[in-house]
Amino acid sequence: MMCDECGSGKAVIHLTQIVNDETKTVHLCERCAAARGLDTGGSAETTPLSDFLAQMGEEGGASISEVVRSDSCSFCQLTFSDFRESGRLGCPHCYASFEPHLRGLLRRIHGSTQHVGKVYLPPDPTQSERDKRLAGLRRKLRRAVDNEDFERAAKLRDQIRSMEPAGEGA
Amino acid sequence: MDELRTIPDFGLGWLDASGDHSDVVLSTRARLARNLQGHAFGPRARVNDRKAVLHRIEDLGGKVPALNETTTRELHEVPLRVRRILLERRLVSRDLVGENGDGPQVGTAVVLSHRDPISVMVNEEDHLRLQTLLSGLRLQEAWARLDSLDEELGRELPYAYHHEFGFLTSCPTNVGTGLRASVLVHLPALVLTKEIGKVLQGLSQVGLTFRGLYGEGSEVVGNFFQLSNQTTLGKSEEDLVDHLDKIVRQVITYEMQARQVLLRDAAGVTEDKIWRAYGLLRHARSLSFEELMNLMSGVRLGASLKLLPGLRVYSLNKVMIFTQTAHLEEAAGRELPAAECDTHRAAYVRRILATEGVINPDVDPSEDDPPEHSGG
Repeated sequence: MMCDECGSGKAVIHLTQIVNDETKTVHLCERCAAARGLDTGGSAETTPLSDFLAQMGEEGGASISEVVRSDSCSFCQLTFSDFRESGRLGCPHCYASFEPHLRGLLRRIHGSTQHVGKVYLPPDPTQSERDKRLAGLRRKLRRAVDNEDFERAAKLRDQIRSMEPAGEGA
Repeated sequence: MDELRTIPDFGLGWLDASGDHSDVVLSTRARLARNLQGHAFGPRARVNDRKAVLHRIEDLGGKVPALNETTTRELHEVPLRVRRILLERRLVSRDLVGENGDGPQVGTAVVLSHRDPISVMVNEEDHLRLQTLLSGLRLQEAWARLDSLDEELGRELPYAYHHEFGFLTSCPTNVGTGLRASVLVHLPALVLTKEIGKVLQGLSQVGLTFRGLYGEGSEVVGNFFQLSNQTTLGKSEEDLVDHLDKIVRQVITYEMQARQVLLRDAAGVTEDKIWRAYGLLRHARSLSFEELMNLMSGVRLGASLKLLPGLRVYSLNKVMIFTQTAHLEEAAGRELPAAECDTHRAAYVRRILATEGVINPDVDPSEDDPPEHSGG
């Protein structure tokens, strides 16, 4: 099927609109659909992360490719080019090794770089880690109470109590 | 099958159609990606890394109450057909069982709970994938289950965690919460009324994405769509889950409206489609899985609209699982070539539909209105 608009491209978008109770279907090629401001939706689904990364490297120009080509993770020896090819990082250290580059990428993927979910408490936590964890648990407790999920609230209260220094909760 | 016999419902509790909106929502699934410090991630992990990760899980002993009654199986020790059954029951991923390559790698394993609908994939793309699969729409419950398992595991295991990026994962699209929550919905009326394109396009604008029946990279069959959160960083787990829940409920409302439109404007055609689908399934002698899924979509719609009274959603869910190749082979006790598989599939469906409900087209309510020619 050809595009209704230009007549030359292959129609890939079939837009059904209801105007004044009348249904009308327009068949558009990718270019004409884009010209109308329609998101063809295909790109996000079909483009693997590696293509996205390769593209980003090109856009980033010299700054990324020059610095990064020689960089490799000190722990697993993955290079940034390896990552751009596979879309997978090699080990937890890679996040530190490629931190500046990853920050831009994460912002583009998620719209943010700051984790605001659960706070993990490592076996030997620092005071600031404990504070963050407590703040996270208190936030969850408020939500559980709001949702009248009292079983969960009781569990969270126990977790909070077990973390608070003696006397603070009294 | 011994691996499965120890699990209540053989890991199929999620089929029981007990959750909210179970005629439209088949299942709710959630998974958390977690990695351990000091080891390369799945794709770059060596045999020693994978073994070390697996040992840490096996050594947890009684320290993690949530995993007290579980079976852990290294997948390369599990026979091929049982691996495929696990895959068809959506308890493991294609990657984990090595379905895309040379079979499972040493150290890849699955931990299945006998008590709760939870499981853990070990040494997939991430060291641990904690997952739960529930019937109907139960996102908050799914998250609560994973959260408590994660709390217990996190106290014993040194998770890879970054103060800014959160829980670290092999793929940067999972970093942060590591949470992917998804809901498998059946949207035949939106497809028939051609409204589905708009709905799916809308999803990407609100940070959600969709996939087919078997998750990433799979085709949409039988009008089943798996809706899930696209991003994992920058929002709390509760916000991600609540947002998905809100949008899924909206999609269900659209689907219900589209069903009313079908019944109002095209009742005859809709009814005919549903009864034809039922007739084919009831009597066909050979069915491919794809054809079955497409016909089941019509029958499921008919059951949900009460046009096919007596058909239980649970039975329809069961048909979808037990007519997959490995399940049919298990029932037959041998390998089945494709053509034979299609006849076994058709026989299974006929058997279920024959014993199910009191469906008889001759007592169809529309028969009360005598055909016009009979009056003349």
